Amino acid sequence: MIYVTRRAEFSASHYYHNPDLSPEENRRLFGKCNNPHGHGHNYTLEVTVAGEVDPTTGMVMDLKELKKLLEAEVLEQMDHKFLNEEVAVFSTKIPTTENIAVEIWKMLEPKLRLGKLHRIRLYETPDLYVEYLGD
Amino acid sequence: MVYLTRRYRFSAAHRLHNDALPDEENRRLYGKCDNPFGHGHNYVLDVTVAGEVDLATGMVFDLGLLDQTVQREVLERFDLTNLNQDTEEFRALVPTTENVCVAIYDLLRDKLRGGERWPTARLERVRLEETSSNFFEYNGGLAGDRTARRTL
Repeated sequence: MIYVTRRAEFSASHYYHNPDLSPEENRRLFGKCNNPHGHGHNYTLEVTVAGEVDPTTGMVMDLKELKKLLEAEVLEQMDHKFLNEEVAVFSTKIPTTENIAVEIWKMLEPKLRLGKLHRIRLYETPDLYVEYLGD
Repeated sequence: MVYLTRRYRFSAAHRLHNDALPDEENRRLYGKCDNPFGHGHNYVLDVTVAGEVDLATGMVFDLGLLDQTVQREVLERFDLTNLNQDTEEFRALVPTTENVCVAIYDLLRDKLRGGERWPTARLERVRLEETSSNFFEYNGGLAGDRTARRTL
């Protein structure tokens, strides 16, 4: 099994707020991230696909296809967006890096032909990242 | 299960020397790292916590609590110290980056259990870069004999 990783970047804004909790509890839990005007990050996304090397091409999958898929399924929806307001799933789910990583998995996993999605790694900053392997 | 990794940095001096071995063997084994005056590194520490995403917060663990824990247990203990001379952990243990990595894991493991608020959270892995060209990872498995002694 070979693991191929493709990196992509997108920039987006978000804020953390749970409407079921009081404003004080939200401020206590989420601190500065609770600012309703939002704040932004340059996210770095690493998508890892696992597969066998195809004997004809010597490749696990067509990387151009993976790049197009990332652009169509993820970047189109998230790049330069206010995640809470403009990405449907985050109207009911807090766009933490954890939840964004899991949602990106759900967007990509059913669309991948040839090769199996192995891991989503999402950097919120160079010093903080989240990984999701689908379980 | 989601894995959350946070990066920290600390700088420390160390000397690699095992006083159970003859001087020539130490020089052969550790080379320049056996210099009795010691030398230093800027260590880069990645701490990974695993857990289920909490529904109320969308988070795996409280980042503020993670920062405080690593600050108290690791950075205050090791940052800007001579590991051999200033720390309890390496009084009788060669402070190779392998051993520092395991020591950090042991210091953090029980402190990063999520308790009632984060019941599924646990320490998954410690990754320690000694330089940008070499790093070590430990996830709590067998760590070998950690009783090797060094010269005081």
